[in-house]
Amino acid sequence: MRKILRLPDGPETGSAEIELIALVDLIADPARHTAAGRALGVRVAPADKVEDLGPHLACVAVVAIEFPGPGEGRGYTFARLLRQRYGFLGEVRAIGPAVKQDLLFFMFRCGFDAFDLAPDQNLVEARQALHRFTLAYQPAIPRTAVVEARFTA
Amino acid sequence: MYKYDSTDQALVEQRVAEFRDQTRRYLAGELPEEDFRPLRLRNGLYIQRFAPMLRIAIPYGLLSSTQLRMLGSIARRYDRSYGHFTTRQNLQLNWPKLAEVPDILADLATVQMHAIQTSGNCVRNVTSDHLAGVAADEIDDPRPYCELLRQWSSFHPEFTYLPRKFKIAVSGAPADRAATEVHDIGLHLVRNAQGELGFEVLVGGGLGRAPMIGQVIRDFLPMTDLLSYTEAVLRVYNRYGRRDNIHKARIKFLVKSLGIAAFREQVEAEWLVSHEFAAKLTTAQIEHARSFFAPHAYEQLQNMDPLAAAGASASAEFKAWYRYNTRAHKVAGYRVVFVSLKPVGVAPGDMTSDQMEAVAKLADELSFGEIRATHNQNLVLADVKQTDLLRIWQELRQWGLATPNIGTLTDMIVCPGLDFCSLANAGTISVAHQLQRHFDDYDYLYDIGEIELKMSGCMNACGHHHVGHIGILGVDKHGEEWYQITIGGSAREASSLGQVIGPSVPQAEVAAIIQRILDVYRELRHEDERFIDTVRRVSATPFKERVYAKDLAAA
Repeated sequence: MRKILRLPDGPETGSAEIELIALVDLIADPARHTAAGRALGVRVAPADKVEDLGPHLACVAVVAIEFPGPGEGRGYTFARLLRQRYGFLGEVRAIGPAVKQDLLFFMFRCGFDAFDLAPDQNLVEARQALHRFTLAYQPAIPRTAVVEARFTA
Repeated sequence: MYKYDSTDQALVEQRVAEFRDQTRRYLAGELPEEDFRPLRLRNGLYIQRFAPMLRIAIPYGLLSSTQLRMLGSIARRYDRSYGHFTTRQNLQLNWPKLAEVPDILADLATVQMHAIQTSGNCVRNVTSDHLAGVAADEIDDPRPYCELLRQWSSFHPEFTYLPRKFKIAVSGAPADRAATEVHDIGLHLVRNAQGELGFEVLVGGGLGRAPMIGQVIRDFLPMTDLLSYTEAVLRVYNRYGRRDNIHKARIKFLVKSLGIAAFREQVEAEWLVSHEFAAKLTTAQIEHARSFFAPHAYEQLQNMDPLAAAGASASAEFKAWYRYNTRAHKVAGYRVVFVSLKPVGVAPGDMTSDQMEAVAKLADELSFGEIRATHNQNLVLADVKQTDLLRIWQELRQWGLATPNIGTLTDMIVCPGLDFCSLANAGTISVAHQLQRHFDDYDYLYDIGEIELKMSGCMNACGHHHVGHIGILGVDKHGEEWYQITIGGSAREASSLGQVIGPSVPQAEVAAIIQRILDVYRELRHEDERFIDTVRRVSATPFKERVYAKDLAAA
């Protein structure tokens, strides 16, 4: 059973999951995917250019950003760009084997609001991990601005 | 100095709680080693050859006497009663127990200290000029900006998993005492034509395997854009820095591959669209930060000659100490005092708990309760009355902290090397001892004069050997320790990288080889010409010829 932690207080287990298509496939043939008028779920890999997704965001409900390993940090920037530069208000989900409790707070602070947890993770601990810090220095991101920040934008 | 408010305090306490939980899960087998590794590194905890090593942050090198006392107490309670000051103005403990590290962090938090981001691929401790606030040549005190950068970079969510580590240095004076040109970002406080304060921004400097000098990306950055511009640089780096090869992952490689002009264009374009979302500094925030670094309540004094005042009691040793271990202060009647951590027979930068407590006491009594750690691995008591110099010398001397060698050959920078580090090829500390013993004649050291010797035990260059006037690099040759020698490096004024003078030499011969290099210097120097200036004038060639002369090489 997949464990998806959603904010705020959304469903915690994946049912009727939206299908995710790779960003490279979307931009190769956008019309094929957008023709039906259904909201899309798009998977973004670390080497992708998130700018490529920009023109299609109106059709997108979920952006799933991959974290293939613990040292991969590009996804944090992608989430901030989606939230801030593109004003994306849909779900930004962290996916991949590195989505573990000790990284969630940073992801949350960058604008992620859903976390498809790695198999060894515990949903209760993961939810608690989002509350480890009640304060931050950096400006908050829209949608996840529940932590008090010192510097503002 | 900066004092934590309730936010700063809550953050370090919440960090302690988090790390305590992470350590508990690791020890209970709930957190695999490969997951724990990046987490402990972000808290400065390495697993070294014989034990864990904990690197404690000393932001921009500034300590209160209370903090130094706590460091001494922690070293006594959790380690072997000593610590090691590093080239990044931090303190390393070499023998803590993993299970006790959360307690160490909790103790540190009680005195507004931490080990946050002292390792790992994130923004590291911001370093600065150890003479900040007391140097006469200063345009402005760099420390408020260091503190603002410290706060902004602490737990920055976007830049916690950069391609590689990221080091920032800030200098407030034209004489660069912070080696800013060999940092990922170097910031120089400058004034523009309108007289406004801002920063000249350098990017892409660094040492390691491929040393490079930073290049100017912005001539003048307004104060209020400090954080947003730094954020733009880091964002470009986070996205486009190489992650496929750890040896090509520092920002210097990205800057080099794009060229500074193209890199600048990318950063400026990013900043244009992102600065409205980035942390913005207000004038009030800057003034608030500056208020913590206001000048001390100095007495109105006249400059005096401490040597004349000491009269008959001014021994030759005190005179030498005064000349080499003290520096001018911008306020009349005061002097900057260096606490030498480079006595013969001690690993450079090492200090015992007793010594830390003694220096804390001296700071309380004679220097406004503050101490600075220098990137040359010494301490500084920056605000000592000239009338107190004789007394402070006597006290420091009792503690073995008055070796009159600051700025001389034996005031060398040395990484911990094979004795502690799992990366090292070479036992740098034993070579340091060899050099200390060989060059133990003060008349000779003083005749050689100002010279910087820097030694690293491997090409990661923690000892900054590339920018030593004389650099020594430990290399492994079929399981034996050999040493490669460079000359002509400098991290001050016009930064330059040292040139390798020839094949590496066996460990036993290092001091003799350095002796030959100095012989050439003594023959060729002009009057009052420093070693580095002679090398720059005559090139490395005469030195190479002498070191590798056949008759000598056979010896």
